[in-house]
Amino acid sequence: MIENNNQKYQQLEKASKTKNTIYRWILFLILAVFAAYYIAPLYVMIVTSFKTMAEIRQGNLFALPNDLNLESWYVAWNGQGFAAGDVFLKTYFWNSAKMVLPAVIISTIMGAINGYALTKWRFKGDSYIFLLFLFGTFIPYQSILLPMSRTLGFMGISNSIFGLILVHVIYGLCFTTLFCRNYYVSISDEIVKAARIDGAGFFKIFFKIMLPISAPILVVTVIWQFTQIWNDFLFGATFTFGKEAPIQVALNNMVLTSSSVKRYNVDMAAAIIAGFPTLIVYVLAGKYFIRGLTAGSVKG
Amino acid sequence: MANLKIIDINKNFGKTEVLKGINLDINDGEFLVLLGPSGCGKSTLLNTIAGLETSKSGEILIDNYKVNDMEPSDRDIALVFQSYALYPAMTVKKNITFSLEQRKTSKDKIEEALNRVSTLLKIKELLERKPSQLSGGQRQRVAMGRALVRDPKIFLFDEPLSNLDAKLRVEMRREIKKLHQNLKTTVVYVTHDQTEAMSLGTNIAIMNHGVIQQCDTPKNIYDYPNNIFVADFIGSPSMNLIKGKIKQENNNIFFVANEHLKESKIPLNDYKFKQKINADKKIVLGIRPEHLYVEKNSSSDCEIKVKSELAEYIGHEQIITFNYCDQQLLGKFPSTIDIIINKEYKLNLDINKISLFDEVTEERL
Repeated sequence: MIENNNQKYQQLEKASKTKNTIYRWILFLILAVFAAYYIAPLYVMIVTSFKTMAEIRQGNLFALPNDLNLESWYVAWNGQGFAAGDVFLKTYFWNSAKMVLPAVIISTIMGAINGYALTKWRFKGDSYIFLLFLFGTFIPYQSILLPMSRTLGFMGISNSIFGLILVHVIYGLCFTTLFCRNYYVSISDEIVKAARIDGAGFFKIFFKIMLPISAPILVVTVIWQFTQIWNDFLFGATFTFGKEAPIQVALNNMVLTSSSVKRYNVDMAAAIIAGFPTLIVYVLAGKYFIRGLTAGSVKG
Repeated sequence: MANLKIIDINKNFGKTEVLKGINLDINDGEFLVLLGPSGCGKSTLLNTIAGLETSKSGEILIDNYKVNDMEPSDRDIALVFQSYALYPAMTVKKNITFSLEQRKTSKDKIEEALNRVSTLLKIKELLERKPSQLSGGQRQRVAMGRALVRDPKIFLFDEPLSNLDAKLRVEMRREIKKLHQNLKTTVVYVTHDQTEAMSLGTNIAIMNHGVIQQCDTPKNIYDYPNNIFVADFIGSPSMNLIKGKIKQENNNIFFVANEHLKESKIPLNDYKFKQKINADKKIVLGIRPEHLYVEKNSSSDCEIKVKSELAEYIGHEQIITFNYCDQQLLGKFPSTIDIIINKEYKLNLDINKISLFDEVTEERL
């Protein structure tokens, strides 16, 4: 009887092991297909950027380059030997850098102060003000183009990096406030009360007590704002032109400039250069991103 | 060291009144416990004293000086929070000295105060740690240290022990008591735990629905509850409340739970009534479970007939549920006494320990 039972269990064990293995391999196969699907464009971009035009014309999209040809990267960055127009990325890359750093820092700090004030220093009507911030995140880019350009013109800062910084700070403020507010709402009010009794004021509590524990949410807002502002094309194209434009506008101008030949390798290199900073930010701070995004929504 | 006077404090949250005309007089060195069920307004009252919330009307006097318009930090009070509210990014040392640094105290004095407090609370070896590296009991100590370091006039505690496990709670309770005996600072302590309130307080103020029901010594509150709410709230199991009527025969007055049962009479001749009482008035008789005896205890005892229904054994004692004139009556006896379920018993009720309440107003008679 016991012998029999043992045999039965052994058979069952074997069956479930086989089943598990099969399911596992099906899963891996599906995952591999999706991964290839997502990685393919990046792969094509990278290999194309290292090819010479002659190799590209052979038409084999997925083939590796014969040797590492850095010429197209050089052309995309500094534009020497490039006939079509005089658009190259170097100036505009620094334009974007000069825009994105202050804009990200200012909007993040202001969002954090807003979120802190809205959760820890409750005042009459604060929930309505928060509601306005929430609505602010729904405003489409296009709808503020005209009023914004009138405002910038009125202030005399149209077609300038400074003007773009202002636009991005204002537009991003709703998002940063929302993120920080949702984070601070999960932090005990008693900490602020204790600090008030200890004799610290509004800004002292913010800088000494709240800011040191805000790293997860600050990473989220920085990544979010950096991606938004660096990748923005519409505001850049609308409010600036010529030498003041940010990199995405320059990339567009460079790729779309009508010339005799399309230089795919230069286009690809330029696109990678334009996307590189956001990639770096994600790699450096990515693990905090998910953690911070869900902060406050789940306990613990 | 200071006295604290609270005069006619009212407070609303929107349309709900949370504090309705609170008056309290707390003497120098007194340990007042605010006790009540959750939502009774006790924490709001504490926050109002601290200045974290403003009242609609009324005055708060510390050392006879009106502090209504003063910032929390200027009132010279310290508050220990339920969640401890330690600053997560600071070390224990920084947590404790933060308030002194805000007050621009000299470095030597800060060091001296830190030394004194950390020795007193035995937290010297924790000073360099962050709050996240501390256990619940240690956090509690640090929170107390933060309050003690400034040597404030008044200590406020907001349910400081409710996040600790049962054993630690008893330990910390004893330490708070010891601390108060040594320092003799005025304390206002909020809790919903009656054991904590009874063992710590020199006075207890029992609150319900934003009103103080009774403010007295623990003993008086236990023995002479002001109304049915207090009688029911204090004690575990709580006081038996038996509904019945007052009857008069010749010059003797009685309580009867059931008019048709002659033997349910309980004589009230010795009861000290607050005012004159009419016969046939509907009243409630309160008697604590431990004031019922199986054997006659003293000459003032009165015999009542009951039937046992349920027995709960809790180690050193047992709680028996009886049926008395179709009303529930709990008795607390040593576990050495054998009581059989579903049997008629004669219990002895200590007449000197009863409390009488008006059935309508629920006030003590």
